Formats: sequence, structure tokens, C-alpha cells
Amino acid sequence: MAGALPTNTGPVTTELELPGAKKGFRNWLDRDAWRDISIFTPYFWLILFFVCPFIIVIAMSFARSIIAQPPFEFGKDWPYVFSDNYARLFSDSVYLRGYLTSLYNALIATGLCLVLGYPMALGIARARGAMRSILLLLVILPFWTSFLLRVYAWIGLMGSNSWFNKLLTPVVNLFLPESMEFSSIPMMNSNFAVILVVVYSYLPFMILPLFANLEKLDFTLNEAAMDLGSKPFQVFRDITLPLSMPGIIAGALLVFIPATGELVIPSLVGNSADPMIGRVINDEFSLNRDWPMASTIAVALLLLLVVPIMIYNRMQSKSGEGVT
Amino acid sequence: MPKRSTFLITCLAFGFAFFYIPILSMIFFSFNKSRLATVWGGFSVEWYYKLFKNAQVLNAATLSLEIAVLSATLATILGTMAGMALARFTTFRGRTFFAGLVSAPLIMPEVITGVSMLLLFVFLGRYIGWPSERGFTTITLAHTTFSLSYVAIIIQSRLQSMDVSLEEAAMDLGSKPWQVLFDVTLPIIAPAMVSGWLLAFTISLDDVVITNFTTGPGATTLPILIWGKVKMGVTPDINALATIIISVVSVGVGLAGYLMYQGEKRRERDVQMALAANK
Repeated sequence: MAGALPTNTGPVTTELELPGAKKGFRNWLDRDAWRDISIFTPYFWLILFFVCPFIIVIAMSFARSIIAQPPFEFGKDWPYVFSDNYARLFSDSVYLRGYLTSLYNALIATGLCLVLGYPMALGIARARGAMRSILLLLVILPFWTSFLLRVYAWIGLMGSNSWFNKLLTPVVNLFLPESMEFSSIPMMNSNFAVILVVVYSYLPFMILPLFANLEKLDFTLNEAAMDLGSKPFQVFRDITLPLSMPGIIAGALLVFIPATGELVIPSLVGNSADPMIGRVINDEFSLNRDWPMASTIAVALLLLLVVPIMIYNRMQSKSGEGVT
Repeated sequence: MPKRSTFLITCLAFGFAFFYIPILSMIFFSFNKSRLATVWGGFSVEWYYKLFKNAQVLNAATLSLEIAVLSATLATILGTMAGMALARFTTFRGRTFFAGLVSAPLIMPEVITGVSMLLLFVFLGRYIGWPSERGFTTITLAHTTFSLSYVAIIIQSRLQSMDVSLEEAAMDLGSKPWQVLFDVTLPIIAPAMVSGWLLAFTISLDDVVITNFTTGPGATTLPILIWGKVKMGVTPDINALATIIISVVSVGVGLAGYLMYQGEKRRERDVQMALAANK
């Protein structure tokens, strides 16, 4: 009964002409009103508040920064655009380094999330009944609590006076020659801190799609492989891992894409000498008031992310449902 | 049945320790007497007491709640429409573009959304004269825009798993489309709308990046206030504030989870009874 039939004929689109059908507004109200309204309203909203702003950003990236209010001007003669900003993107090493730092941090964080999240997702998928719901709730709970406060919690832990740092210092010192020993580990304001907090904040985004995928796997396949003499690791490598590939890709993209453009984490715990690109955009915009340059960096960032975003969108429309 | 794996249990234990130790540590230090936020100086609730007398914090919290309620409501209305359009109407012009538009705000880096929203409001203010200044209205509009996507996806997946024959039956019995909508579809998807609203509410309450770009003088939401203070370092009053926020959210999420779990159990039982009756 719960057989989800693939249907292309929504009930509201029935093309049935009744004899003596009412014309005009009443007719529209009785037949197509809801369809038209429910398509048009969000469409209009998204074009106004999502497409238009984006077109403005693109246009702004071809403007020139001036000291005035508002701080930009467009070209006055044909072709009305300045391409200086795009040239600066490649000539000024700040920007290229920003992109590289972002990609590097996001890649490492995605890898760590996968290594940490996969066994957790598998463990939850293998749990039964109430236990599974509780474990799942424990993953979702930090995801619902304030992002900013979770970053803040780590600032408290990483500071040089914290119990965490004091606990970790002797452990780290074990591996260091005596001359290099720390009195406290300089964790704050480093790339290490950024990666750690990114992993911490985005781990649920990795676990949830992985869980959704692993939950559906047929365990009898594993049993069959074991009956045929595979060792647990071989079963994992030959069966579970390949079958969970869609979950891995979805989770990796959900971590990688937002992590690349992250602003809050590098601003609060990052190294200001080597900022991630999100922070560079913010600084250009708010501190330097160079709106055109900030727009240019944003456009280039989006170009960089367009491939992963397309892959993600395609997967979403294929599976037809979100993870939340 | 799968065997319990010691390895997986260890990983889960480690993972949950990683998730919860920072939060628990923060809660612990909110009861610290000392001004130094990370050195224990005895038990005290004075930071909570001070928090409730801090007008700045209370005003920011009120503003955040107002924005969250309004934007979540708008997002639920728009998101429900969008979700229905995607799940039920498969043949309108520009549908692919529409589907992309609905999911794009979900993965757009927040800095870009923030910058582009701000530029839109600057341009609108300059050429139309509205909004004359940024604040409550602009924040609400921005929050509505990115949270409607979350609602749309929840509604869409609920509608796709829903039995279409119920709607068709109502049509066959002579209901007009809008009657089907109000009598059949909306009551069925109401729980999904509630979870969509809750998600939109939480996201709005939590947002700092997009708010930071779309806010103006005088409109300080709670995350913006915290953001400003956190940049200065860890203070015990933020620990106290964080503890309150996290407790409220945890109780809410726990309760919602429990209700959903109960509902799921009841539904499973009903399905089983219906199947047994058919035999």
C-alpha cells in the first residue's frame, strides 16, 4: 500500500473539460489557481532575492572601486567594464594563497570527517531499535545547537590556560626533543585549529547522508560473503565500501563545499596571516570597502565550486530527497 | 543479525566524546566563580544572574526571536509552495531552473549569499528608495530566502512518499483542487511543515554571516552580539548564555525526537493492524 508509484500526472493537472465549464476568474480559481500560485510565488521570490543579487555581484565584479558613497563606479565608455579586478586576482598573491589555503583546509577536513564519520555511521546503521534512534539523535543534537557556540566552545578548550591544553601538552612533549618542548600548545590562531573546528562542526553533515545510505544496504550480502570465506575486512572492502559510494560522495560534498567558503571559523580561530578565502572576501568588503574586488573573489570562488555543486545537485535530483 | 563490533563501538564512543566534551566543558565553566573563563575558581551562578539583568542581551534575544518567528513562517509558506511545485507539478516551463534555484541556497557559501544580499539591498535602496536602511526587514527577507529551501526539500520528500491516490480519490469525488489542498494534502503534510518551520526557526536564530551583511545600525541579533564578544575572547557570561541556548534547544530537539519516535511507532502498529485485518 505504501508503494510509491512514480507519477507524472499530478491530480491537479487533470485536463477534463466539463460541459458548461465556467470561464474566467472562477474557472481559473477552481482549476489552476493553486498550481499557478504555488509555482509563481516562490519562483518570483527566488528570482528577486537570489538571482538578482547574484547578477548584481557579477556586475559589481566588473566595476571599479572608488572613494565615495557607494564605493564603486561602472565604466562610462564602451565596453563599460573594468577587468582590473580579475587581473589582480592572479597578480596579487594574497588571493591565490587564500584559495589554496581554503582548498587545502577543506580537503583535509573532508578526509578527516570521512575517516571519523564512516565508522560512526556504520555503527549507528548496525544498531537496532531505540538504540539507533538515540544514537542518531545524539548526532543531530549538536547540528541543531548554535554553530557559533560550538566554535566558541573550542576557543575555550584550545586556549593556553585550558584543562584540555594542559592535558595534551605533556602528551605532545613526549614526541618532541627537550629543546622544543612546549609550556602550552599554541593551538589557537592556526590552520590546525581551523581544520579541527571545521571537522567538529561539519561531522554531522558527513554522518547523516552516510547513515541514510548504509541503513539501506542489504546485510545478507555481507553474510553471504562471510559464508564464502571472506574475512570481515574483505567483506567491508568488497561489499560495504563500494555500495556506500553514493553516501560517501554526498557526505564529502556536503562538508567540502561549505568548508571551502567558511568565514566564521577562520575569523575566530584561524591564522590572520594566512586567511581562508571567505575571510579574504569579508575583509575586502568590510575593512577595505573594496566592493568590486570582494565581488570578483566571490565570483571566482563560485566558479571553483561549480563542479562539486553541479555533482551534488545532480545527486540530489536523482535521489529526490534531502538528508535533513 | 550483524555482530557487535568492538571497533565500531570504540569509534562511536570516541566520536561522541569529540562531539560533547567541548560543550560539556563550556557548560561546566559557566558556573565558574572566577573571571578567567577557563580556570576554575569555585561554583557560582552570578553570570546567569548578570545575564538576566543585561538589557543589551535581552534586547538582542528578543530581536532574534522576532526575526526567527517571522522568517520561519514566511519560509514555511513559500517553501511549502515550492516543495509542492517540485513534487506535484512536473511539467511547467522552467522547472529544471526552478529546481536548481530551490536547492542552490542550501550549498551556496554563506559569504557569497551575504555579500550578494547586501548589494541587492544597497541597489534597491538607491534606485527605488526602499529599504531606506538595513535592519529588521532586510534580515528577515534574507533569512526567509535561504531557509525556504530547507522547508521545500522537507515538503518535497514528504509529498513524494505520500500516497497520491488519496488526492486522486478526492478529485474523483468532485473536490476542486483547492479543496483537495485544504482537506487532504495540507493535513497530511502538516507534520512536515512543522518540522520545516522548526528547522527554519533554528537556522534563523543561529545565523551570523548573512545577518552580519544584511544588518544595519541598531539591529543587533543575539548571534551578532555573541560574535562581537567572542572575537574579544572567552568570557564567563557567554558561557552562561551558551548554556541557556543549548539547554533550550536540546530539550526542544529531544522532545520533538521523542514525539516523532512515538508517532512512527504508532504508524507502524496501525499499518501492521491494517495488514492483519486484510488477511
